[in-house]
Amino acid sequence: MKRFSLATACATALLLGSASVAHAETIFVSNEKDNTITVVDGETLKTIDTIKTARRPRGIVLSPDFKELFVAAGDGDIIDVIDTKTLKITRQLESGPDPELMDVDPDGKIIYIANEDDSLVTIMDIATGEVLAEVPVGVEPEGMAVSPDNKYTAATSESTSMAHIIDNATHTLIANVLVDSRPREAKWSKDGKELWVSSEVGGTISVIDPATWEITKKIGFEVPGVRPEQLQPVGMDFIRDGKMMLVPLGPSNRVAVIDTAKKEVVDYILVGQRPWHGELSSDGKKYYVANGLTNDMTIIDVDTLKATKSVPVGRLPWGVAVMPGKPDV
Amino acid sequence: MILSLRVPLRWRTGRLGMTFVAFLSALTMAGTFPGLAEDAGEPPKAKSAAVPAAGEKKLMRAYYLGKKYEEPLPLSYAEEVIEDKGVQGARLALNDANQAGSFLGNRFELEEGIVPEDGDVVAQAKEALAAGHRFFLADLEPEDLLTVADLPEAKDAIFMNVRSSATKLRQEECRRNVFHIAPDYAQRADAIAQYMIWKKWPRWFLIRRDTGKDQDYAAQVKRAAGRFGGKVVEDHLYKLPPGARNLDSGHQQIQTQMAEETQRAPEHDIVWVVNSDDDFGDYLAYRTYSPRPVVGTQGLQALAWDPSYTEYGAMRFQNALPKLAKRQPVERDYLAWIAFRSLSDTLKNTGSVDPKEVKAYMLSDDFKLAAYKGQAMNFRTWDHQLRQPIILGGGTRVPVTTSPQEGFLHPKYVTDTLGFDKPESKCKFK
Repeated sequence: MKRFSLATACATALLLGSASVAHAETIFVSNEKDNTITVVDGETLKTIDTIKTARRPRGIVLSPDFKELFVAAGDGDIIDVIDTKTLKITRQLESGPDPELMDVDPDGKIIYIANEDDSLVTIMDIATGEVLAEVPVGVEPEGMAVSPDNKYTAATSESTSMAHIIDNATHTLIANVLVDSRPREAKWSKDGKELWVSSEVGGTISVIDPATWEITKKIGFEVPGVRPEQLQPVGMDFIRDGKMMLVPLGPSNRVAVIDTAKKEVVDYILVGQRPWHGELSSDGKKYYVANGLTNDMTIIDVDTLKATKSVPVGRLPWGVAVMPGKPDV
Repeated sequence: MILSLRVPLRWRTGRLGMTFVAFLSALTMAGTFPGLAEDAGEPPKAKSAAVPAAGEKKLMRAYYLGKKYEEPLPLSYAEEVIEDKGVQGARLALNDANQAGSFLGNRFELEEGIVPEDGDVVAQAKEALAAGHRFFLADLEPEDLLTVADLPEAKDAIFMNVRSSATKLRQEECRRNVFHIAPDYAQRADAIAQYMIWKKWPRWFLIRRDTGKDQDYAAQVKRAAGRFGGKVVEDHLYKLPPGARNLDSGHQQIQTQMAEETQRAPEHDIVWVVNSDDDFGDYLAYRTYSPRPVVGTQGLQALAWDPSYTEYGAMRFQNALPKLAKRQPVERDYLAWIAFRSLSDTLKNTGSVDPKEVKAYMLSDDFKLAAYKGQAMNFRTWDHQLRQPIILGGGTRVPVTTSPQEGFLHPKYVTDTLGFDKPESKCKFK
C-alpha cells in the first residue's frame, strides 16, 4: 500500500515535473549538404549539438518512444540510429541503397524505408536489423506513411506518380493510386480515414479514401503574384488536432494552411527559402519548418499562424523531428 | 520476397555503321514484378484506382529513329567520342515507364532503328510506319526530319525531335506532327542573354564559324540582344583552319592566335563564341586579348542537361543512366528520356495509345511533365516547342545558374521569355 502510494506520488511528481516544463523539447534538423543533424533546444532555440552522420542525411524520424532517431543517409546507403539521450550514433541499419524517407510502425518495431534509387520499399525489423521484405514500387519512392491502425503503409513514387499501398501483414501491394506529378509525401489522418498525398510538380494534394483507394478530393494552391509552378506542396503536417494542415510549398517560400474538413486553403505564411518539411512542437503550439536554401528554420505560431522567428541550422536543411524533453548532454 | 530490381538489361550495342534494331520491352523487367513475369503483361493483382483505363491492358510502342551522323571530334583526346547519345536516355525512360506500367497494366516497347551515316533513314522510317509505328523519337538533322515527317503515311504519327536546335523547325518549317524536346537556338541564346543582362554585361563580341548551325545560332544571339537590351559590338568570323588538337606545341600557336583574334574587337564585356563544330571555341577561355568571360557553344553554355546539375531530384537521373549506359548522361540522353516520358505519361494519364488523343493530351493544360527542373513542363501550342528552364553550365563543377532569370516576366509562363513566344511565332502548321 505504501509502495503503491509512493509510486503514485512519484508518477504525480513526474507529471507535474513534465507539466512545469511542458515546452522542454528538442528539435532535430537534417542538413543534406553538411552531413549533420543540428540539435536545437526548443526553449532557447539555440543549437546544443551538431551530430555528424553518414552522407546526405534527409529523412529523419523518431521512434514512438522518442528514444531513437532514425536518419536516412542517402549517399551513405545507410540509416544512422541516434540515441536521443546521448546524441551519439549507436548503430546503423543496412537500409539498402539510397534511403530517402522512412516511417516507423506505431509499435516501434518495424521501419519502412524508401530506397530512392532502387525503386524499393525495404521493410525492416528495428531491433535486429533484419530485412523482412523488399517490395518493388514505382520509380523514385520517397514518401512513407504507416497507417495509425498499422494495417497499411503508403509509399509515394516520385517518378511514377503513384501512391502504393502495402499491406503490412503480407508485405504485398494491394493498391496503386495514380496522383499528380511527383508525389513527395504521404500522411494519414489521425483516424486513418484519409490518406493525404502531396504532388510537388503537379502542385496538388490528393486526398484518398482507404475504403476504396480512390481520390475523393484534390486541393490546389494559388497566391496572387506568385507563379503557379512555384507552388509546390511537399511536406504535410496536421495541426490543431487534425482540424488544419500546414503544407510547406518549396520555391514559393510559403507554408499553406488547409482547413482539413473543407479541404480548402485558408492562408499562406511567408517563411524562408524553399521549405520542404516541418514538424509540430510536442505541445502542438509551434511549427518548425526547415528552409533548404536559406539554411535556417522558421518557427510558426500555430494559434496566430504567423512566422515568429528564424534560427540558423546547417547547410541545405531537409527534415525536422521533434522530441519532448531534452538530451542528457 | 523480391530481392532486387537489378535485372540484367538485354541490349546490345550495335557496331558502328551497322543498323541495329533492338527490341527493348517489358521483357527487361520480366520477373521483376509480381504479375509481369513470363506472360509479360498481366497486371499485378493490386487494384489500380483512379485510372481511366483500369483493367484495360494497353501497349505503347515507340521507335527511336536515328542516323549515325559524324559527331564532331572533341577538342581534347582525353574526351571520349560518345556513339550512343540519346538512345540510352530512351532506354532508361522505357524501364521507368514499364515500372509504372506494371501497376496499371500498361506495357511499353522501344524499337531502335539507327541507320549508318550513308544509310537511308527515309526507307527506315517507311518500314517502321508500315509496321504500325506512330510514336517516334527522332534523332535526326533538320532535312532528314522534315523529309520523314512529310511522308504521306506519317501524317498521323508523332515525331519527338530530340536532336536539332534549328529554329526553322519551330518557325517557317514547323510541322503539325513534330514536337520539339531539344531547346532551339533562340531558347539557348535567350537563356544566356538574360543572364548577361542580369550581370550587366550587355556588350557582346560575337566570334564564330559560318556553318548553317552557326548562322542560325548567331542570328538568335542578335535577336536576343534586341529583345533584352544587349549589343553585339562585332560579328567576327573566325577563319583559321581547325588546327591540331591541343597537343605538342599546338597550344603555343593557340595562345597567340586567340589573343590576335580578339585584340581588335570593340569594347566588349564578354566573348560570345558560336562554333557548332567544336573546333576552336574551347581555345578562347583565358586566351582572349582582354580578360573577358566566354559564353556560347563553348565556355558558359545554355543546356537542357549538364553533368554538374543536381537540383530537384536530378541525382536520380545522374545515377540511373550510368547504371544502364556505363557513362555519364549527356544532354541528348535527357532529351530522349523526356520524349519517351511525354508519351508514357500520356498513356498513364489518359489510357490512350491513339496518336490523335496522345497529341491532344500533350498539347492540353493537363499535361504536366516532371523532369528534374523543379517545375512542370509542357508544350507551346503554337510551335510544339517544350517549355523548359535552361541550365547555364558546361564544364563548370557546379551549374552557374538556370534561366529564365529573376525579373524577366511573362503573363503566362516565365519559360516563354526564352525562345519564340506566340506573337513572334512564324509557325503556320500545314
